[in-house]
Amino acid sequence: MKDYQDGCIKLALPKGRFLSPTANLLAEIDLGFQDYSDKTKQYRLRSVRFPSLSAKILQEKDISIQVAVGNYDLGICGLDWIEEFLVKYPVGALVKISSLNYGEGSIHVVASAETEIASLNELSARRNDYRIVSEYPNLAEAFALNLRMRRFRIFPVWGAAEAYPPENADLAVLWGKSGAHIATQGLIPLKRLLPVTAFLIANRESLENKDLSQILMCFNSKLTAEPQASIKNELDISEELKGPRPLWQAKEINLALPDGHQQAPTAQFLKQAGLAPQGYSEEVSNRRPSADLDWLGIKVIRPQDMPLQVANVNFDLAITGEDWLLEHLYRFPSSPVKKLFALGFGTVKIVAAVSQEMPVSDIDELRSLVQSSKFAPLKVASEYINIADKYLRDNHINPYKLIPTWGASEAFLPEDADMLIDNVQTGKTLKQHKLKIIDVLFRSSACLIANKHSLAASDKKEKMEFLTQKLRAGLS
Amino acid sequence: MQDLLPEDMLRFRRIEDVFRTCCRNWGYQEVRTPTLEYLYLFTATGTLTPSMLSKVYSFLDWDGWSGERVVLRPDGTIPVARLYIDNLSGQELARLFYVTNIFAFEGTGKENRERWQCGAEFFGGAKSAPDVEIILLAEEVIRRLGLSNIALQLSHAGLVKALLKEFKLSPGEEARMTNRILEGNWQALTKAKSINPEIDRLVAALLGLKGKSSSFLYNVRASFPKASQDFKSSLEDLINITTLLDNLGCSYKIDIAAIHGFEYYTGICFQFLAAGEKIGGGGRYDNLVPLMNGEDIPACGFALYVDPIMKVLPLEKEKKGEPGILVKGEELTPEIAKTCFTVAESLRDAGHPAELDFTGREESNYRWVVLVSGKEPSPFVLTDCVQGRQRDAASMAEILQVVSEG
Repeated sequence: MKDYQDGCIKLALPKGRFLSPTANLLAEIDLGFQDYSDKTKQYRLRSVRFPSLSAKILQEKDISIQVAVGNYDLGICGLDWIEEFLVKYPVGALVKISSLNYGEGSIHVVASAETEIASLNELSARRNDYRIVSEYPNLAEAFALNLRMRRFRIFPVWGAAEAYPPENADLAVLWGKSGAHIATQGLIPLKRLLPVTAFLIANRESLENKDLSQILMCFNSKLTAEPQASIKNELDISEELKGPRPLWQAKEINLALPDGHQQAPTAQFLKQAGLAPQGYSEEVSNRRPSADLDWLGIKVIRPQDMPLQVANVNFDLAITGEDWLLEHLYRFPSSPVKKLFALGFGTVKIVAAVSQEMPVSDIDELRSLVQSSKFAPLKVASEYINIADKYLRDNHINPYKLIPTWGASEAFLPEDADMLIDNVQTGKTLKQHKLKIIDVLFRSSACLIANKHSLAASDKKEKMEFLTQKLRAGLS
Repeated sequence: MQDLLPEDMLRFRRIEDVFRTCCRNWGYQEVRTPTLEYLYLFTATGTLTPSMLSKVYSFLDWDGWSGERVVLRPDGTIPVARLYIDNLSGQELARLFYVTNIFAFEGTGKENRERWQCGAEFFGGAKSAPDVEIILLAEEVIRRLGLSNIALQLSHAGLVKALLKEFKLSPGEEARMTNRILEGNWQALTKAKSINPEIDRLVAALLGLKGKSSSFLYNVRASFPKASQDFKSSLEDLINITTLLDNLGCSYKIDIAAIHGFEYYTGICFQFLAAGEKIGGGGRYDNLVPLMNGEDIPACGFALYVDPIMKVLPLEKEKKGEPGILVKGEELTPEIAKTCFTVAESLRDAGHPAELDFTGREESNYRWVVLVSGKEPSPFVLTDCVQGRQRDAASMAEILQVVSEG
């Protein structure tokens, strides 16, 4: 049973898109968090006005979950992540208090402008096996069920959902600023699911038992009677807006290249291999760079998503990290994805780390500590769910609880997790957050992966070999 | 999630035994489908409501990188229909029954997430005799179980659908209204005034009146001559069934609202209540097999819900398991142990349950106790726990004789 008398109130604040408008709001209602800004390097904040109020800066995706499990009494995040949680766990402990009246765009269901899908009615009537790609797998599933789609498969992705239709998905559920914005990506919005506005949320138990009134009053002063973000139909314009159609045609061999941190070293590597796709090294991200080889199709997606995509032969080859390949293979042991060779760049260590305060120096000592039930269950934060799960099982850590994160697991320690399993380059960040490494699971660098069936297929074999030879040449 | 304790299992087995016996007597054959099925089996038919599908336990299999998901069986009928299509579709008629668990998330903590059903399905039988057959089979099981205060309610999915059509709603509104009705919210229908006052009168009559014989339906037919053709043919179907039930002396109540949960019904729908609680239901679902890419085979069936039946099932004393015989060894020496095991085996061979004990604890609830001392000339002491009498016995034959004589 939690102690509601201690009076400490914990607030989860968003990083990223909602950081500056939220910082403005907090300044306006004077919650006393001066350090909450784009520039802050710390995760933990204390209110100078309310001594009992503290805050932590988290990824938006994590906030709804963290508030629901009760690690935070209040939180601010986008309606999209709240609904993504609530649609799956409607009886849960998450309460929406009020819209904060800022935010941008909506979550839409979209199809490629190149397919024949032009309306929702067609989706439920047809018997097709629809592939739906989304960062919001729960919203995507609820949409498919409500529409009574006869057969569908959901492909959760870490990002770049817009890059998948039409070849690699029939539908995507994604954020778009407006119908016009979506049309510029060569997509047609079929349905607007919800507007993305910031919301104040609370943990139900905290709301029922704890005095949050002072803080809620601050918010109330700003929030006048709920002017729900007006749901005007942005979709009507989709009729006129067909957008520039990407000139896409089926290619014999498909290659996936990474975006994000991996993009620059990968572009460098491809250049060495004499295979510099146009539009890949540029600042402005082009999801479909073109190659000199007319039989080669290239797409830029998240490295996390590649193994699954290669397994489904949406791509024959991909450049990703060994960490994400392993994460995939632990989940799907018989997956037809294979590592061809490591590329030697983007090297990181996958480590297990705990707070410097914790009296353990290796995993064996940690096991004893968990057995003595001081840290039972051990809460482990990781973006590598399957790697972490296997590591904990193999080391007989029992009991434990996994907290999935979307990067920056170090923010969770020590209050919301006891251990993290994450990648580090130098270990400097861990030290800054007063954490220590107790084990190195493995080293991971960028690698070339392939679908086994593509390697063996008579119509692909030669070209696959040609391409891997060329890439191998870039190694030296 | 709940454990079934020995007394629960006695009830469970009793229900199962009665159900199996009745089904076999009516010519039904038992089948069993896997606990794990593909999710698309349940989405493909469009026959489970989105709210039911949002409560299934589904997950990616170990080879599920293609996004294909498996599910813990959320319904009993659809897997049996699949089994029929995959394996038995050559048969013109198939009468199948099953005892199975189904899984659905339940967040209130009041019900189990794993529930048991005894179900029977009749593939290939056109109406109305098969409809009556499954109602009477279900009724027989309930009667033989000795449940009291039983009510049978009849409705008709075709009738309800025809009624809805009269409201001339848009496809979206009609789907929403159907969902509400399937969740038991009939007020939605009474609130949605139609353009035609005749229809409102019909809805009010059907929802307000509960007929107890086919005469009621004749009255409905006579009072609303302008009803649609669909409505009339469904009404005719229900009249045929109820007339048969009347002739067979089966009592029921016609309650058009007695239909919810499943969308696959096309004709008669019925449910059984014991002391007001739903203990079973079923009906006709002629579109299910074709929807699952099978041939155009009509079908009907029912399921009895084991969990609520267990709550109301009377359990006679003698059914609590016959009190057996306790074979006690005075000491745990190799000789005495051997004698004890041999005695117990002979007793069991002769059809008496026999339990062993070497702990010297106080015995209770046994019919006989055989104490093995191993001392000649009478190595056994036989206690009659009912009469409270003791006697020595010299041989196994003597024990068997006394025990068999009671």
